[in-house]
Parts: sequence; C-alpha cells; structure tokens
Amino acid sequence: MAESLAASEVPLVGDFSQSTPNPALADVRVGVITFPGTLDDRDASRAVRLAGGTPLPLWHDEADLHKVDAVIVPGGFSYGDYLRAGAIAAKAPVMSKVVEAASAADNPLPVLGICNGFQILTETHLLPGSMIKNDHRKFICRDQTLRVETNQTSWTGDFAAGQEIVVPLKNQDGQYVADPKTLEALEAEGRVVFRYVDVNPNGSRNDIAGICNERGNVVGLMPHPEHAVEPGFGPSSSGFGTVGLRGGADGLGVFTSLLNQLVKA
Amino acid sequence: MARIVVDVMLKPEILDPQGKAIANELPRIGLSNFTDVRQGKRFELTVEGEVTEELLAQARQAAEELLSNPVIEDVVNVAALED
Repeated sequence: MAESLAASEVPLVGDFSQSTPNPALADVRVGVITFPGTLDDRDASRAVRLAGGTPLPLWHDEADLHKVDAVIVPGGFSYGDYLRAGAIAAKAPVMSKVVEAASAADNPLPVLGICNGFQILTETHLLPGSMIKNDHRKFICRDQTLRVETNQTSWTGDFAAGQEIVVPLKNQDGQYVADPKTLEALEAEGRVVFRYVDVNPNGSRNDIAGICNERGNVVGLMPHPEHAVEPGFGPSSSGFGTVGLRGGADGLGVFTSLLNQLVKA
Repeated sequence: MARIVVDVMLKPEILDPQGKAIANELPRIGLSNFTDVRQGKRFELTVEGEVTEELLAQARQAAEELLSNPVIEDVVNVAALED
C-alpha cells in the first residue's frame, strides 16, 4: 500500500468494483456531515460512492461546505439527543451554511436528511413538523416497505411515482407530527415524498415517512435508504421483485436520483 | 448571582411516552390515585447580579428559539428564581 487512503476512502464492507455506475457521476461531490454522535455518516458516504458519486466528509464545527454539490445529513444520535433530537445539531456552524445554500434563490443546494438528519432539518425549519417518540414507546428496527409518492424531488427522480421500496427503519423518535394545516399543505402540494406501506410503524401522521420543501431540493425521511444499497448487505426483500438473502438494494435509487439530476443539469 | 427558571411542557395533544411509563409505575409503589402523568423540562439560567426585565426577555427568547420546539412544546413558565 504505497498511497495512504483517507479514512473516508476506506470501504467498511463490500467491493466497490461490483457496481458499474456512469463515470460522469464521479464529478458530483456530495458532502456528508459528521456531528458528535452521528452514526451513519460512513454508510451514507458508501452509498454515494456505490451510486457513482464522490463523497466528501464535512465537519459540524466548520462553517464551510467546501463547494459540494449536495449535502447529506446522516442518522445517529447527534449530541446524544440532548434537549431534543436534532436540536443542538441544528445550531451547528455547518448547518447555518446548509440552510443558507438550501434556501438560495438560484440553484438551491440539494439536501437529504436521514433519520436524525431529518430531525435536524425540522429543527432548522428547512422542513416543517417534528418527530416525537414512537407511539408504542419502543425502539424499532425492521425492514420497512415505503411508497415513493413523488419523483419531483432532487432525491427521487429515478423512481416512478407510486413505486414501492424496502429499506431498513430504526428509530425511537420516529413519529412524524405537524399541525393539521401543515399536513393539509404537504398533501395538497405533493410534498409527502415517502409513505409507510402495510403498517404505520411509529404512529406518524398520515403514514408519513418522508417529506420535502416547496422546491423539492430538501428531502427528509425517517427510514434508511443508505442501508439498502448493495446486494449482500441489505434487506431480504425488495419492491422491485424477489431478491436473495440480504439482496435488497432499493435505497440506491435515492442516491442515483441525485447524481443523475445534477449531471443532467 | 440569580437564576431564571424556564419550564417547557409537551403540548397537551402530543403523546408523552415517558409520562405514561411513569404513570404505569406509580401503582407499583402503592400510589393509585394519579390518573395521568406528564413529564416536562425545567431549565435554570444563571445570570450575574439581579434578574432584570431585559434578562427575562432574553430568557424568553432562549425559551422560544432553543429550549422549546413550538411544533410540539409550550413554554409554560419563565420567571426569576430567588436564591
């Protein structure tokens, strides 16, 4: 090993050579933020790499996005869920830059918040509503079927509207709540991006698993697409048909959607 | 030195699983007259010198912008606490 690899370059598991993405996608640089207590930053980076893009680690304490083309706010327990899940992280220096770039009039930055990242995005008010404890009061971890309700976002363009996908869900504060007026607006404007199918695992209003902002560049969801990106390490079921043991990779489409949109743009 | 107390409660319509768990536990220590429990948060903000109206206003701002999330919580009390 002559050249030393940066930590972000070292695969945790899996063989990157097995996917054959469009080489043009490698020019897309996707920042993945790490806060104290973030857990899924490496998985999110891996998902970006497997989709063909170039992940770049971003640090919570640095108010600089390093000219990335998109940002993922990954899952975990930032600041140990102190105060409220996502509340402290929402005030971090890097998030002020994310809010600014995501709200820009021209070329708003695509942002994806997963699980705790979704909670952080609601605490920054980039997305409406909030997450409270699951209605059954238990932590939940299961492979969850979702319906992709709209492909008019930066992160779902590769799916057909109505497509069902299976990705892991794991959380304690996963019950999406918002006031009736907000819920009505989300439904009327087609801003419910992902909806739970078969069961509502946490009591979320309107079975909502994920939503987007008015322009569709900011998406947040509770389940984890980054944990279903490579056959052998995903769920044992898929919305696209029968797969083998751990063969589900339905989540990859979230990341390819972003890359394909940015390359086309 | 003086302190300002800020009390935050989940909105009445928001489920409070911790309160529920506590309510379920009370009969086990022989107390069965409490029909419901809601758990909130108390913050104590310490200031130099006396609590002034200006400091109380700042505490209210802290309560609205950081200590509570208006989507799910209400600030139910902001008051000076005499030592």
